[in-house]
Amino acid sequence: MASIGKIARRTFLVGSAAIAGGAAFGYWQYERPLPNPLSAPENGATLTPYVLVDATGVTLIAPRAEMGQGVQTTLAALVAEEMDLDWDQVRVLHGPASRAYLNSAVFEDAAPFMPTDEGWLAETARGAMQVPARFLGLQITGGSSSTPDAFEKMRAAGAMARAALVAAAQRRSGVAEGALKTSGGAVVLPDGTRIPYSDLAVEAAALELPSPPPLKSRADWKLLGRSLPRTDMLGKVTGTAQYTADFRHPDMLFATARSNPGLGAELTSYDATAALAMAGVTAVVEVPNGLAVVANSTWVAFKAAEAIVYDWAPAPYAATSDGMLAEAAASFVADRQDSRNRNDGDVEAALPEDAWTAEYSVPYLAHATMEPMTAGAWLQEGRLKVWAGTQFPTQVLVEAEKITGLPQDAIEVMTPVMGGGFGRRAEMDFVRQAIHVAKAMAGRPVLLTWTREEDMTHDSYRPMAMARLRGAVDGGKVKALDIQIASPAVLTSQAGRLGYALPGPDVSIVQAAWDQPYTFPAYRTTGYRVPAGVPVGSWRSVGASQNAFFHESAVDELAYLAGVDPLEFRLAQISHPASRKVLEAVAEASGWGNALAAGRARGVAFCISFGVPVAEVIEVADTPQGLRMTGAWAAVDVGIALDPSIIEAQVQGAMVYGLSAAINGEITFADGRAEQQNFPDYEPLRLPQCPPITVKILENGTKIRGIGEPGTPPAAPALANAIFALNGQRLRSLPLGKAIAFA
Amino acid sequence: MAYTLTVNGAAQSVDLPGDTPLLWVLRDGLHLTGTKYGCGVAACGACTVHLDGVAVRSCQTLLEDAAGSTITTIEGLGTPENLHLVQQAWLAHQVAQCGYCQSGQIMQAAALLAENPAPNDEQIDEAMGGNLCRCGTYPRIRAAVHAAAAAMKGA
Repeated sequence: MASIGKIARRTFLVGSAAIAGGAAFGYWQYERPLPNPLSAPENGATLTPYVLVDATGVTLIAPRAEMGQGVQTTLAALVAEEMDLDWDQVRVLHGPASRAYLNSAVFEDAAPFMPTDEGWLAETARGAMQVPARFLGLQITGGSSSTPDAFEKMRAAGAMARAALVAAAQRRSGVAEGALKTSGGAVVLPDGTRIPYSDLAVEAAALELPSPPPLKSRADWKLLGRSLPRTDMLGKVTGTAQYTADFRHPDMLFATARSNPGLGAELTSYDATAALAMAGVTAVVEVPNGLAVVANSTWVAFKAAEAIVYDWAPAPYAATSDGMLAEAAASFVADRQDSRNRNDGDVEAALPEDAWTAEYSVPYLAHATMEPMTAGAWLQEGRLKVWAGTQFPTQVLVEAEKITGLPQDAIEVMTPVMGGGFGRRAEMDFVRQAIHVAKAMAGRPVLLTWTREEDMTHDSYRPMAMARLRGAVDGGKVKALDIQIASPAVLTSQAGRLGYALPGPDVSIVQAAWDQPYTFPAYRTTGYRVPAGVPVGSWRSVGASQNAFFHESAVDELAYLAGVDPLEFRLAQISHPASRKVLEAVAEASGWGNALAAGRARGVAFCISFGVPVAEVIEVADTPQGLRMTGAWAAVDVGIALDPSIIEAQVQGAMVYGLSAAINGEITFADGRAEQQNFPDYEPLRLPQCPPITVKILENGTKIRGIGEPGTPPAAPALANAIFALNGQRLRSLPLGKAIAFA
Repeated sequence: MAYTLTVNGAAQSVDLPGDTPLLWVLRDGLHLTGTKYGCGVAACGACTVHLDGVAVRSCQTLLEDAAGSTITTIEGLGTPENLHLVQQAWLAHQVAQCGYCQSGQIMQAAALLAENPAPNDEQIDEAMGGNLCRCGTYPRIRAAVHAAAAAMKGA
């Protein structure tokens, strides 16, 4: 992959978009333009940052983190479609950290309106939520928001670039504009002469661009809607894709860090004598709440960090998981009430004295990306370069400015492909450490790699949470359902670590528990905020990851109480058309209701999250070795499916992620420290345990949606519900593997 | 003292302590960064390479024990211009998501197929069970192993 720095410098050294044979095109729909990071700031609003054309061809900027979700392929396809590029001509770069690449869709789901509510008020509120994102200039990858955010603006960028190139060809050739066509990265004259875009770039950049031309209709799409070969695939199957830890510079130093396992507490004192005496160790550097060791190889740094004697201050929260669970249990009280977003009918009046009640709980979870947290930094002659797999590059600029005192225009942030993100790489801890070390080792590039143990014990965890449920059925339907959830506030915790305050209720506490499209006549969801303790963060699907387990287990329990098939039970009480269709599709794909072999059973769960209705079915079999998953089916509705292969992979992966957690995932605390250190203690699903997974992609929704997260929430309840169907065992706390043996 | 080993067909002299894991010899000594660090305890398989043709976890293979051996890493299995059959199958099935585990998955699958050119599902489970993937690419890994086996049969 070429470096964006090299291209930006080669193409735009001086304050024009058309220096050295290149041009940048783009578009955004706001009135006041943000500075184009690819060229000098005096450029007008019309030359913007998604398309680079130079003598070597066309490079598209896909300004969202490639964590494995295939987003750069899909974002590039949006631009390429409107430019009439052939897919094999497309080159993609992430682009530099810049406010111009803000994600205005990421906060949309924080507005207190149900995803199925597309009325005027709800849409207006969602639009208003774009204002803080724009104000903060957040270039963030998360919330399954990249594709919805980019769908209009990146196609418009492509259409504008195409229009400018056609206008330049018209000027040069004298042929009427309407007689010009484009294909394969060239403008085609009526006589068949092809003028490649790279020949037209300089002339095109000199023209005043028109307002965005109309976009292609879907019937004319050649790239979108098809399964395209991913742009990152060849590098990833040949070991040539460069992750953060794969960049090598002359004189590079290798580092690792240890910070207080009591998360957020200080390092009181230390003795690094033995470490500093080891061959190959260069320095020990103080970083927030800990130390970094700098050496001539990562291995030497790892060993030297082991040799330091640390005196850690105690953790600023309850010492044990039991204490934390007790705190959650004590949080169902009025003064900890955070929200009551749903209160349909009169729940108290509808619930009889002998109403069904249940208590559910879930543990902390680590993200455990395959690539441990890693960041590189290089401070040299008043400039800082940071390379790091981060979901939030504009925040790296803010952090780097704070640590080094350099102005942001002296800081360059490069975002390589990352070995998984799942929300973990929206955090800044590891990036800050690398910048501190680079400052101490000024002049030398530094690569800082966490050990797996450091990664697992210093996460921003998916919170431990608890639900108290009450319900009643009547005539085969839910008469009333009361959902109370106590959880620490993820978004508040996460924003707080970045120095932002989030006032008001934290939607993560009740996400996917208050906004489901069921028509229960009495239906209430109350969120209680457990006081902040262990740092918690966004974990693939955020609050929906636990709340779908609570909600869909409850619906399943009530279906059995009512004596109705659990899939029929859901269909009978959901009127939202797209949601009904995913249930129907998963029923059909799985052959729901067909007789199964002895010792097999199925469970179903539904959840709408990030605007995507998803229904999943899991089949389990009782075997002498333990419980085995023998089949999995999912139906999802993304509104418009841009790349079916990528969507299928995301849904399969999201289910595996959810099932890994459901079966084995648990982080526990003792002495204020996470007890699980490495994969043997925190065992994800492995290939022999993974069932075949069939994915049906529907397009009945009215808006385009992202699919990185919505496949995760229904996985745990579908599995737990299957276990109940198999043996009558209703498992109300995760991980399930503590109560039942899996093969 | 310097150790000698053959890596991807080239003799290499490495002047690192003998107890350095092969993983870090490859990555930080020889700058062959296709082999990944995932866990350091042989629990994830991201660091899998071939040592004298056998798939091993390079994080648990010491330099002094690897000296004199022939090592193949992902960079030596095939190149973007000249892919190994397993890599071709991975490309055709669009297996990778984040891709971080895939060097190890491919090296493990290549070793399996070299030993057993037509593995059944159980044999694939047995061989690939030590390689973790947090993105959940397992269904496509299984399909790609079968496809590579079929291609080898046809080749």
